[in-house]
Amino acid sequence: MTTVIPHPNASVATSAAPAGLAGYNFAYLDEQTKRMIRRALLKAVAIPGYQVPFGSREMPLPYGWGTGGIQVTAAVIGPDDVLKVIDQGADDTTNAVSIRRFFAKTAGVATTDRTVDATVIQTRHRIPEVPLTENQILVYQVPIPEPLRQLEPREAETRKMHALEEYGVMHVSLYEDIAKFGRITRSYNYPVRVNGRYVMAPSPIPKFDNPKMDRMPALQLFGAGREKRIYAVPPYTDVKSLDFEDHPFEIETWEEDCSLCGAQDSYLDEVIVDDKGTKMYVCSDSDYCRERREAGHQGDGGPK
Amino acid sequence: MTGSVRDPLLQVRDLTHHYGRHLGCRDVSFDLHPGEILGIVGESGSGKTTLLKCVSGQLQPTDGSVSYRTRDLGPVDVYGMSEARRRLLMRTDWGIVYQNARDGLRMKVSAGANVGERLMAIGDRHYGHIRSEAVDWLERVEMDMGRIDDMPGTFSGGMQQRLQIARNLVTKPRLVFMDEPTSGLDVSVQARLLDLIRGLVGSLGIACIVVTHDLGVVRLLSHRLMVMKGGQVVEHGLTDQVLDDPQHPYTQLLVSSILPV
Ligand SMILES: Nc1ncnc2c1ncn2[C@@H]1O[C@H](COP(=O)(O)OP(=O)(O)OP(=O)(O)O)[C@@H](O)[C@H]1O
Ligand SMILES: [Mg+2]
Ligand SMILES: [Zn+2]
Repeated sequence: MTTVIPHPNASVATSAAPAGLAGYNFAYLDEQTKRMIRRALLKAVAIPGYQVPFGSREMPLPYGWGTGGIQVTAAVIGPDDVLKVIDQGADDTTNAVSIRRFFAKTAGVATTDRTVDATVIQTRHRIPEVPLTENQILVYQVPIPEPLRQLEPREAETRKMHALEEYGVMHVSLYEDIAKFGRITRSYNYPVRVNGRYVMAPSPIPKFDNPKMDRMPALQLFGAGREKRIYAVPPYTDVKSLDFEDHPFEIETWEEDCSLCGAQDSYLDEVIVDDKGTKMYVCSDSDYCRERREAGHQGDGGPK
Repeated sequence: MTGSVRDPLLQVRDLTHHYGRHLGCRDVSFDLHPGEILGIVGESGSGKTTLLKCVSGQLQPTDGSVSYRTRDLGPVDVYGMSEARRRLLMRTDWGIVYQNARDGLRMKVSAGANVGERLMAIGDRHYGHIRSEAVDWLERVEMDMGRIDDMPGTFSGGMQQRLQIARNLVTKPRLVFMDEPTSGLDVSVQARLLDLIRGLVGSLGIACIVVTHDLGVVRLLSHRLMVMKGGQVVEHGLTDQVLDDPQHPYTQLLVSSILPV
């Protein structure tokens, strides 16, 4: 076991904070903790979709603010990485801004809003619209990692169900949707089967994003701080959304195009533009929308 | 060939269970044949539930063996097989009906989902098929079809037991375990439920082990009867013989105390 002594001129950037940030270890967490998290990540990558327990640390942010994702990011980020943080698809929400600042300060890494420039992307609620590449890592902040929890509150039992591949109850919950509403109504955190084996909660992304997880070239890592679980989907791994033969999985579609950039293929947010309740639809992925506009695409500008 | 109808479905040998130093049941042996209904009676604390749990894969006995003749491999030691296989057996070829419906039903999902669960668990991925099986089974246990989407908590005790039965029978099990399936229900509901159980298991040829403290239940349902006392079987024979001509003093006491005047 080695003790890492922070040194202002440390050439091994993963051990000490950049000059001027004495008092912090690089990316806040101590090396011991990062090694522990990396071990959990390696195990998670080796068993796609399997939830690996880890010794979640206290972070300078409350649970619910992405402490699981932050710890994962801290364990994988290096000084040459470029970090993007999104929340609800946007880079400028409070949560995204504070996480980005946190890493800019504790790791001195470059940050960006542009999906294509990022090497590490920490996210809550969305997967960027631009297809990710082998050179990128997508880190999800996960509130509830256990997809079986809703129907089986006992932890020991859910563990056994995963071990024995007893996933019938997942379909029971989809059955209930169809029986009640005539279709599968679940639109967020829609359960998936990873690599034909583990059933996994994809975190509260819209089901619109589920197909992007399937055979994604980028490494996908999931961190749940409060529940102390890490799981992963390695590059090019099958990720299939659960469904029935006669009620196949479908993603959301919109009648409208994005009012700003005219996109027809992106996840749209409904925005109320005046106090009369007039609605406008815009891309939830703000970077995607801006890039499109910069490239000359235009929407109809929304209600006049 | 995995055995003829004459071979026992279940073979229990010298089964003993201790809870720590406390005796649950001791040295119980019996065979159960396909389609046969075995009643187990005895006073409270005599070891009936312990025996049933041990035999049905829910509680590993301290000693002795339970062997079940599976469809594919013939007789297999229930506690020697992998847990995955045992659990699969329990939700396909076996059924378990609990005294308390809350132990046997998923209270947070509808009646239809409760019946469909086993089908989904063994890989049925066609909603329409699962739904029609649920409809069919609710009909067979004489439940109102209009309540297929209602939660079990909104049903009466008798209906909950019917739902448990439907939920178990949907995979056409060959063996069903029941622990006090009718106790806690009022007499007329009990009688109708017993009629239903008798009709269903009879027509489907399902073997059953029924635990009860009610001699009326065993007289109506069971072909054979085991009487337990202090964890041991004190008498075992054809139901009518045991009830009409009890040999053991305890059985004599039991029978005389319930004889209608
Ligand atoms: N979990 C347990 N731990 C310790 N002792 C137990 C446990 N369960 C049952 N026993 C004891 O084992 C003996 C047999 O109990 P069991 O529940 O099998 O009886 P029973 O015949 O089913 O009774 P009842 O008619 O009241 O349901 C009793 O003395 C009981 O106190
Ligand atoms: Mg009992
Ligand atoms: Zn747009």
